[in-house]
Amino acid sequence: MSGFLEIRGLSARLAGTGQRLLRSVDISLPAGSVRGLVGESGAGKSMIGKAVLGVLPKAVEVIEGEILLDGQDLQKVSPAERRRLIGAKAALIPQDPLTALNPSRRIGPQITDRLVDILGWTKARAATRALEVLAEVSIPEPERIMRLYPHELSGGMRQRILIASAFAAEPKLIVADEPTTALDVTVQKQILKLISELQARHGTALLFVTHDLGVVSKVCDTLSVLYAGKVVEDTTVERFFAAPQHGYSSALLAATPRHTDPSSSLKPVPREVLDAVAAEVAASDAAWRPSGGARG
Amino acid sequence: MLDGRGSIRRRSGARLWLSAAWLTVFVLAALLAPLISPHDPLAQDLMLGRLPPAWIAGAEPGYWLGTDSLGRDVLSRIIHGARIALVVALIAGTATCLLGSVLGLVAGFYRGWADRLISRLVDIWMAFPPVLFAILLIAVLGTGLTSVILAIVIIDWTRFCRVVRAETLNQSKMDYVHSAKVAGFTRLRTLATEILPNVLPTIIALLTLEMGIAVIVEAILSFVNLSISTDQPTWGGMIAEGRTSIHQAWWVLVFPLIALFLTVLSFAQFGDGLRERFDPVLR
Amino acid sequence: MADNRADNIFEVSDLRVDVADMTRKPLFGPAPRLEILKGISFTIPRGAVLGIVGGSGSGKTTLGRTMVRLAEPSGGRMLFDGHDIAHLSDAAMRPLRPRIQMIFQDPLSSLNPRLTVGRTVAAPLNARANDPRVGEALEHVGLPANFARRYPHELSGGQRQRVGIARAIAMRPEFILADEIVSGLDVSSQAQVLMLLEKLVAELGLTLAFISHDLSVIRRLCSRVIVLRSGEIVEDAATVDLFERPQHAYTRELLDAIPTPDPSVRW
Ligand SMILES: Nc1ncnc2c1ncn2[C@@H]1O[C@H](COP(=O)(O)OP(=O)(O)OP(=O)(O)O)[C@@H](O)[C@H]1O
Ligand SMILES: Nc1ncnc2c1ncn2[C@@H]1O[C@H](COP(=O)(O)OP(=O)(O)OP(=O)(O)O)[C@@H](O)[C@H]1O
Ligand SMILES: [Mg+2]
Ligand SMILES: [Mg+2]
Repeated sequence: MSGFLEIRGLSARLAGTGQRLLRSVDISLPAGSVRGLVGESGAGKSMIGKAVLGVLPKAVEVIEGEILLDGQDLQKVSPAERRRLIGAKAALIPQDPLTALNPSRRIGPQITDRLVDILGWTKARAATRALEVLAEVSIPEPERIMRLYPHELSGGMRQRILIASAFAAEPKLIVADEPTTALDVTVQKQILKLISELQARHGTALLFVTHDLGVVSKVCDTLSVLYAGKVVEDTTVERFFAAPQHGYSSALLAATPRHTDPSSSLKPVPREVLDAVAAEVAASDAAWRPSGGARG
Repeated sequence: MLDGRGSIRRRSGARLWLSAAWLTVFVLAALLAPLISPHDPLAQDLMLGRLPPAWIAGAEPGYWLGTDSLGRDVLSRIIHGARIALVVALIAGTATCLLGSVLGLVAGFYRGWADRLISRLVDIWMAFPPVLFAILLIAVLGTGLTSVILAIVIIDWTRFCRVVRAETLNQSKMDYVHSAKVAGFTRLRTLATEILPNVLPTIIALLTLEMGIAVIVEAILSFVNLSISTDQPTWGGMIAEGRTSIHQAWWVLVFPLIALFLTVLSFAQFGDGLRERFDPVLR
Repeated sequence: MADNRADNIFEVSDLRVDVADMTRKPLFGPAPRLEILKGISFTIPRGAVLGIVGGSGSGKTTLGRTMVRLAEPSGGRMLFDGHDIAHLSDAAMRPLRPRIQMIFQDPLSSLNPRLTVGRTVAAPLNARANDPRVGEALEHVGLPANFARRYPHELSGGQRQRVGIARAIAMRPEFILADEIVSGLDVSSQAQVLMLLEKLVAELGLTLAFISHDLSVIRRLCSRVIVLRSGEIVEDAATVDLFERPQHAYTRELLDAIPTPDPSVRW
């Protein structure tokens, strides 16, 4: 089955040291489905999201692999065309809300500009739409909030601004990079419901980066478990929670705290499990040969 | 919404080195002018008036870029003219930068009455049309190199002040400034070690731009005969003289113009190149 | 030494904070004030861990910023170790600063983009980036020592968050206000950081105020919890009681909305 977003054999490394950040990542995401992306801090989850949106840092170079958005290989089109394609079809909810917003501009124009510039909407239509999405993410008094500056908002409000802004254009693909870390559970629940609804209504595909397996179990259909830039398990959510295949996956699941159980203690993923998965990654590295020449 | 940094992918190498190369030629020419210029820039010889550049028929050997109507060697005059340009660029550029940046940092960081005072001053200042202001100033200060430099500083500090103040204000809203306060840094230390490194790239870009502008302003003032005494060769002065004989001897006008253009362009490109090369965030 | 220290490291009573509401500012005259904290009282005993929970925009960060005196309260008292710090000037506050630290909610913005990690951690110690304390602090939060040479934008979100934590613990403060510091961490790093904090609390007598949305973390770490809503405390209870017998409807709502890792119960 070919998905709305297809990542095939994507490998990336640091330009300076040659350290590998992504190792032949394969991800398939059909329209209207949600894929969770989990893995420890620094595993390369955000890198994948940035690669899809074409905003990889300068220091990171793609060695090989292709990214197909709605059937089109993003690496093969001109940069201008790529920006247009991505702008029209995809949106990113970035991981750090405060730095993603311009500190010297009011919230309102920061949401509407995208609609006006990329989608060519009129200012009035964009403003109406902005108010509508802000209300959808339960921002109180949206008219007032639109006139505030980012530093006058709470952490969770900023995050919801970014969520609203990604939703505003009703893109076909949303890459959400830990979009609910600053939200309390009640708002989180509301937003996750909103996401499910949107996706049911518009067939939006969603790549959902998170640490919270609880959230994964509520919104995701499929799941990729990442370790050191390698997908160690690619499975459906039902199968993952019933019986994870990979040792690292089961350790992650076991380490997830449950508030309902007061005796649940903190267990980091055990050393042996980490060593085993690191050895596996090293072994696959040794066997890996770049197919075709290096591409910048 | 996307992180702007991701989209900056230009190769900075070429323009940094090209502009650095021209600026080196410019500085060396200015420093070594008496040694390297083939002729005395002031020596007149009416027999050799309006000689064309070396590659055009009728040229005289040794006069690479030809001579002007008084028979003075154009190349030597350009080389000597670089001296004034360099002095103006360095002194006026740096002084403008220092004055404007310090006021901008103070206004943006300390806010309060200092900000109100400085911002009002900038507003009032910007209400004057700059060229008129310059001519007025020179009329009061009298002509001469010092007056030109003073005029540039007095007029252009607002450019730095406004931009640096805005950037400082933005940076001050970031949590890292708050965390410096929580760590117990004094205000001055926060300004010097936290804010300044983040405003510095902007200041450097402005500084190199300003150096270019200073060269142009000096040329304009020379052009309207308000700068240095006429017996010292300046690019602006040459352009003014060249204008009168543009049909008979275009080279008298064109070569100093090219030197001016390359220098101003190089300053701006050098600033941008430096930023891309050495700013850890853009690198 | 222990005798002249107050038992309660923080005593906050009727704390009020307001800001100017610029969106309702009339053309002439001052902007009306918008009250964000509306009279908050609680105490934190030395060596305790206080959990602060509440909805988004309920005033948790504002409370934290006021406690470390990044903001000045408009009313009420705030005693730190017996000193009333509510209205201290910057200069008078400075000697107390190293004892009170805050770890910020937004990791990227709380790190200076043009300083390396090493210098960021070292600066408050007035040390150099290669000071052994820097490496030690990084190791505590699970970052390799060679990260000291990196710039913040070269780190992942969770790595940045841990740099912020390393900077605060390297100073060995008596009190840390941790604003949502583990939400960006994977379960494993989360466990590591929480165990480190527990160790510091047990061994060095660190006192913590812990703002978090993650009630399972709160349950694990905190001895007492206050629940904030629209700038007011709606519940102040021992952790056990809060989870077993939540009094306020809002608290129950919070507890119900926690996603349990179980795909059979979809929303
Ligand atoms: N510009 C850069 N230069 C060097 N290394 C980088 C750069 N950007 C990211 N890295 C490294 O790449 C790795 C992957 O980073 P990424 O941001 O994808 O992690 P992540 O899985 O999103 O983690 P987290 O959950 O902590 O956000 C990390 O180890 C990080 O240190
Ligand atoms: N400088 C300011 N000007 C205007 N309003 C402000 C300012 N600072 C905070 N507020 C408002 O105060 C309220 C509380 O903000 P605060 O950051 O304390 O919330 P929070 O409890 O930390 O929420 P979150 O969990 O989302 O981070 C918000 O409604 C916010 O908009
Ligand atoms: Mg990330
Ligand atoms: Mg907050």
